Amino acid sequence: MAKRIDVSDLDIFYGNFKAVEGVSMSIEPRAVTAFIGPSGCGKSTVLRTLNRMHEVIPGGRVEGKVLLDGQDLYAKDVDPVGVRRTVGMVFQRPNPFPTMTIRDNVAAGLKLNGVKNKARLDEVVEKSLKGANLWNEVKDRLDKPGAGLSGGQQQRLCIARAIAVEPQVLLMDEPCSALDPISTLAIEDLINDLKERYTIVIVTHNMQQAARVSDQTAFFNLKATGQPGKLVEIDSTSRIFNNPSEKATEDYISGRFG
Amino acid sequence: MQSVTGVSIADETAGPHGQSPLAGDGAGTGRLGDRLFGGAAIGAGAIVVGLVTLIGVFLLSQAIPSLMKNEANFLTSTEWSVGGEHPRFGILRLLWVTVLSSLMALAIAVPIGIAVALFITNYAPKWLSKPAASTVDLLAAVPSIIFGLWGLRVLGPHTDGIQNFLRDNLGWFPLFKETTVGSSTTIFLAGIVLAIMILPIITALSREVFAQTPPTHKEGALALGATKWEMIRTAVLPFGKPGVISAAMLGLGRALGETVAVMILISSLAQGTAFSFSLFDGGETFASKIALGAGEFDTPQKTGAYIAAGLVLFILTFIVNAIARIVIERRKAFTE
Repeated sequence: MAKRIDVSDLDIFYGNFKAVEGVSMSIEPRAVTAFIGPSGCGKSTVLRTLNRMHEVIPGGRVEGKVLLDGQDLYAKDVDPVGVRRTVGMVFQRPNPFPTMTIRDNVAAGLKLNGVKNKARLDEVVEKSLKGANLWNEVKDRLDKPGAGLSGGQQQRLCIARAIAVEPQVLLMDEPCSALDPISTLAIEDLINDLKERYTIVIVTHNMQQAARVSDQTAFFNLKATGQPGKLVEIDSTSRIFNNPSEKATEDYISGRFG
Repeated sequence: MQSVTGVSIADETAGPHGQSPLAGDGAGTGRLGDRLFGGAAIGAGAIVVGLVTLIGVFLLSQAIPSLMKNEANFLTSTEWSVGGEHPRFGILRLLWVTVLSSLMALAIAVPIGIAVALFITNYAPKWLSKPAASTVDLLAAVPSIIFGLWGLRVLGPHTDGIQNFLRDNLGWFPLFKETTVGSSTTIFLAGIVLAIMILPIITALSREVFAQTPPTHKEGALALGATKWEMIRTAVLPFGKPGVISAAMLGLGRALGETVAVMILISSLAQGTAFSFSLFDGGETFASKIALGAGEFDTPQKTGAYIAAGLVLFILTFIVNAIARIVIERRKAFTE
């Protein structure tokens, strides 16, 4: 199920502004890849190009290649809608659909795919909520609004919603930045479980988190404000945190800047 | 206080029980500014409540004496003779024409208004959305007398075809039954014109709520692999629903009370014409009846009869608003 991602010579633009320049990297399947770096370095932007969500912002476009198991996501005949069904995403702030029940939130993606069979929907809802470690907390109130859950529960609900459509890859854009430490821990445990089945890419500002959950880490940086962001290096997490090849990475990790 | 869009600032920051966190708490400090402003706010609120009450009392006090003398059933009679020793009047026909023309207007204007609002907020390119929005708003600035004249002279003849078609093919259905009224003066035409008149308010309010859809909800839908239309269905429409309902009710309120255009358009029926359910009939709405009868207000008895009709209109709009509120409240747990 999990697929590998190969990015080569990726430039990302918003209109005429070049936001990110020359990114090349390989993201391994069944592993967690963390993107770290100072604010504005383009790590979230790169993440969003992996399922073409950056195109939602007017003027967003790329040059270069993103291959998902060899298939170019930006080939002419590829539909961004299809890409997003294969590459799921979880956002910084939990965003369950406020007008929907917990059950409908999880089933939303399936319903978009045209699944109507109630038994099948119920089965997937239960499986996804269990997969997101939320089932025991919500099984008695599946018909209550999703917005009534706590922040951490809402985020796990969003993860359940994302995995309900069985994507190949799961992108997470700072999924814990709006959560308290206990909820953060719950999400991190969940990420550990999920990586057995999915390719996971996570953007985080929290370096301890990157060290705790990821197998490989990519460090992004930018020379100055207004300059495009760049990938400084990508390597196994233990190497990045103990013995990075670049001086800039070491400075950032050890807290000398950023 | 809830704004007309049904989405007030207080809703956005509401706590678990739908209460604004600072509503009615002890934040007042007892300083002069606080007391002045608090007093002014309470005063303003009291004025609104007082006005509505006074209007109700006025209508009741004027209407009751005439209603006491009425020798026909006020609710079920279709007669209307308000003078003399033995007045006989009832509102059945007025009620039917008012409700029918307004509901028809709503049935046309709500889907179109939602579509226009979605076009402006989600489909139109940036350079087009502003001008398109202002153009729709401009429709609201056209005086209703102009709509009436235009409907009678320009639009009316163009609806001959569809009116004849409905009459010929669906004539067995009471709503489309044949009548003797010309097609430029039917309830059907008034419904269309009213729809155009309430379109701007429905569009403007719907546009406002659709534009407020949090981007995170839209992104959530898109990231699940929703197409644009599916994104609108899962994120934009549910979020905007209470606002659209409010908009429809405001539009309905306007249609129910519209006077001049309806008065010009629908032809009055002769005294004693049999009651029919048909859209192709003539008649009067509450408002147009009262306006047409203004020349007759020479005795308190006659005036009272018309005011009684006005009272029913007042209650009708009240009920409409109450229903809208209930619908919105019921969905409240599902909005943040």
